[in-house]
Amino acid sequence: MCTYLTEHIAVTGSGKGRNGWFRLTDATVYYDHPVHALDEHTLNIDFAAPALGPAARVAVELDADSAQRLVEAVRRALASRPDAVG
Amino acid sequence: MSGAGGVEIEAYLARPLGDDRRGGVVVIHHMPGYDRATKEMTRRLAVLGYDALCPNLFWREAPGADPDDASAAVRALGGVPDERLVGDVAAAADHLRQLPQATGRIGVIGHCSGGRQAVLTGCHIQIDAVVDCYGAYVTGDPPPDWPLRVTNLVPILPKLSAPVLGLFGNEDRTPSPEHVDEFEAILRANGKQSEFYRYANAGHGFFAVDRTSYRVVAAVDGWERIASFFTRHIAPEV
Repeated sequence: MCTYLTEHIAVTGSGKGRNGWFRLTDATVYYDHPVHALDEHTLNIDFAAPALGPAARVAVELDADSAQRLVEAVRRALASRPDAVG
Repeated sequence: MSGAGGVEIEAYLARPLGDDRRGGVVVIHHMPGYDRATKEMTRRLAVLGYDALCPNLFWREAPGADPDDASAAVRALGGVPDERLVGDVAAAADHLRQLPQATGRIGVIGHCSGGRQAVLTGCHIQIDAVVDCYGAYVTGDPPPDWPLRVTNLVPILPKLSAPVLGLFGNEDRTPSPEHVDEFEAILRANGKQSEFYRYANAGHGFFAVDRTSYRVVAAVDGWERIASFFTRHIAPEV
């Protein structure tokens, strides 16, 4: 199936694309058909800067287990920062 | 080609060699964009004997971009508005009618989101054949938090101008077998000509040869159905 469902958030940071580093402004997250990964559906994340054009994008396609491990790893990494609460 | 509103957009044209008269087919690319797989389908339709034209529906947002980048950009913007889509397909049909060997008969084919858009087009302009390959939300309702500007086509299906060939996988959820049954029932209730084929052991995207969703039995049979349908509805009479 095509889910089309898309989470869209504003982000601040940088990403490295085909033309080097650029400032990120947006991220979209969706679970749908991949372009390249060999699964029927993947968790896809696009880090982007639409003002710089469609090619200003860093894309990843992860199977669901990988995406879940990524979420947990991000949480662990964030919890280790010096000013983390809890 | 000149698209909706007279805007120049990119398009991929595949034509048979020779001077034989032939019908035309507009190919509506899927959500992943104006990609190699869709161009391969466009060429295959030329092999079947038709002038085939695939407009780049994402050209306005992403001229010259890679198909996957263009698709990501358009997805983030909420997709292509239906009105513009119909305008682009209508313009592509006009372009095909102007080609030297054109009979003027036009088919429209689409996969995935393009399947719904093929039906949508047939509800708004006069064409001669519609092929819907597992298009989602011809019937059924998108979820409340749906990000794309999409509604089902139930209210306008009675306006459909052409016979419909529908090809669906029974393991698909969008459209589900229930969605497909509802679509077929509405067409029959309105006296519309339709041929629906449902494939076991196939889900969404069974025509996609480079994806794990590919199902050779369904895809081979589906292409034979497409060839037969277009022969009967848009090929020149012998």
